[in-house]
Amino acid sequence: MRAPAPRYLTNDGVIEAATAALGAKLLHAQDQVGEVALYVDREALVPAMTALRDTPGLEYQQCMEIAGVDYPSRPERFEVVYCLLSLTRNHRIQVRVTTDEVKPVPSVTGLWPNAGWLEREVYDMYGVLFSGNPDLRRILTDYGFRGHPQRKDFPLSGYVELRYSEEAKRVVYQPVSLAQDFRNFDFMSPWEGAAYVLPGDEKATGPGPGDTPQGKPAPTPPPPPAPPAPAVPQEKGAPSPVTADEIQKAGAKASKPATPKAKRAKTKDSTADTGAGKPEADAKPKPRKRAVVPTKGKGQNQ
Amino acid sequence: MADTVDQMMEQTADSVREPEDAGDVAIQNYTINFGPQHPAAHGVLRLVLELDGEIVERVDPHVGLLHRGTEKLIEYKTYAQALPYFDRLDYCSPMCMEHSFVLAVEKLLDLEVPIRAQYLRVFFAELTRISNHMLNLGSHVMDVGAMTPNLWLFELREDCLNFFERASGARMHHNYLRPGGVHQDVPLKLLTDIADWLDTRLPRLFEDAISLVAENRIFKQRNVDIAVVSREDAVRWGFSGPMIRGSGIPWDLRKSQPYDVYDRMNFDVPVGTRGDCYDRFMVRVEEVRQSARIMKQCLSEMPEGPIASTDRKVVPPKRGEMKRSMEALIHHFKLYTEGYHVPAGEVYVATESPKGEFGVYLVADGSNKPYRCKIRPTAFSHLQAMDFMSKGHMLADTTAILGAIDVVFGECDR
Repeated sequence: MRAPAPRYLTNDGVIEAATAALGAKLLHAQDQVGEVALYVDREALVPAMTALRDTPGLEYQQCMEIAGVDYPSRPERFEVVYCLLSLTRNHRIQVRVTTDEVKPVPSVTGLWPNAGWLEREVYDMYGVLFSGNPDLRRILTDYGFRGHPQRKDFPLSGYVELRYSEEAKRVVYQPVSLAQDFRNFDFMSPWEGAAYVLPGDEKATGPGPGDTPQGKPAPTPPPPPAPPAPAVPQEKGAPSPVTADEIQKAGAKASKPATPKAKRAKTKDSTADTGAGKPEADAKPKPRKRAVVPTKGKGQNQ
Repeated sequence: MADTVDQMMEQTADSVREPEDAGDVAIQNYTINFGPQHPAAHGVLRLVLELDGEIVERVDPHVGLLHRGTEKLIEYKTYAQALPYFDRLDYCSPMCMEHSFVLAVEKLLDLEVPIRAQYLRVFFAELTRISNHMLNLGSHVMDVGAMTPNLWLFELREDCLNFFERASGARMHHNYLRPGGVHQDVPLKLLTDIADWLDTRLPRLFEDAISLVAENRIFKQRNVDIAVVSREDAVRWGFSGPMIRGSGIPWDLRKSQPYDVYDRMNFDVPVGTRGDCYDRFMVRVEEVRQSARIMKQCLSEMPEGPIASTDRKVVPPKRGEMKRSMEALIHHFKLYTEGYHVPAGEVYVATESPKGEFGVYLVADGSNKPYRCKIRPTAFSHLQAMDFMSKGHMLADTTAILGAIDVVFGECDR
């Protein structure tokens, strides 16, 4: 490794030791970019973690981080990554399990109490459920927030925004309205699979000109699935009851292809007829305004 | 006038006089809000405290009031654009936040970094540590009632910010460390000025300020034996940084998992003996001295040479080069529009930030944007332990505990 990244004990023999300790609970192990990752059976997560913590020669005493990752194309779309640290052996390891929106991951709060908040965060951001976590509330998002913002199908702008309303004399939630279109620049090289159509290229494939406004992405991505509408009645102080569906409908109206600009002027009157640009008939000469009235021969600058 | 005051006193005394059957009333616990707008909450922390009289029974910290979606934003930005977000995480030690991300990107790219750049990074990371501890130590003593040391320590912090400004152009949001090195070289005058400062001003002001509190009776009464954390608890709760060292475990990522040129540095890792707030405070005090020691070593050993990798596919060329070379111009254009592509892979890189282990879990998919960038804040596991640390202590001790945790919400809430 040439990069000056943190250097800890080598990964030699770690996979073998973990395979011996975990047995069938270990699905797959890899050693890439200098980091060992163990893919563990979700159902057997807690015994596997206990083995990793307590087996001599592994001794991963600390759970430093639990990270969720969303891969929407996979059958089990979420990956939960546990970053473990061994203080005695000075080594780091990643343990990964996969899951989806409904299958719960066994909680490791019994092994590491600080996993409580870390699991809460993964739940908040991705909607991954953790069975056995005694306090699975949201943690980072607003009170009464809906949806899971780190999912790849959640828009960056979110669905609701917050402002102080002078009429209601309180803070209100309302659907997001961007004063200017969200600009997501795609700087990928056009030779390496850019997701947009270059101006002029749309003529090459079927639909005639005018179908796609130039420079706009031609293949619109499929609309993200709406977050599940909650069945429970709204809490006090909950956000405005606007569902993602409604907002998408509102957005769809706005993003209709614009009609081409008129090439000719909309009126046949010439300026001679309308008198545009001429002074009005009863216009008086402009009064001369001077900030400084020059005095004859007395001013400093004269 | 005197009559009115007497009258009022009498009335007050009447109103607080206990009813006859006071002994029969069952006293219930009550719950109060601490924050989110409280000067001792160090930002926007809301603590829901359940109190029995003045004794804390339960603490439920509510975080996330400063959540800005940094991780989501980073997924929509190129690697170069993502870097400034890290300055805005822990705005008291911005350079150390950049350090983790920069090292993670370099690890994925397998990029070699020139030795002078590594020295500069270590040098400024330690200066950041000093400036962070100036803020934390000062506000900690102010939280428990002392005013003067804070003003003196802020004087030093101001010096640090001025040095940062001279190196990077910005006092707080530096954006100075870059994948492949640092943004620009520092003038020699800056290094000599910092060396003078390390020799004269820092020890004088710092030792003066600390001498006011370190042996102070009131300060000790407020901190000694408050929130004692055993070694086992510190490990179980995922403590790091001064919190785990305060509990007596000599664990410092700069020593045990050295990055950049920390393996060439001679410094000591201070540890506490009791694991209370006073130990955490004193660990930080000693870390400032050790940081100054590391900085002096950097100054004496720092070689001349390039300050960024010469890999033109990652590090943009300098402006002067662009005026002469067409290729440099093309590289500049490509790097500032498309950015560089990072090969696919997942890394977790953690560095010793002034507050503890600050980690970045970076998932790259081979494109010019991170697929996922999970930030491990130091405050998460420490704040979570607030409940068991404050249990049984007085309400006024929560501020001392919070001050000794050293929490900054830009980083905690992301």
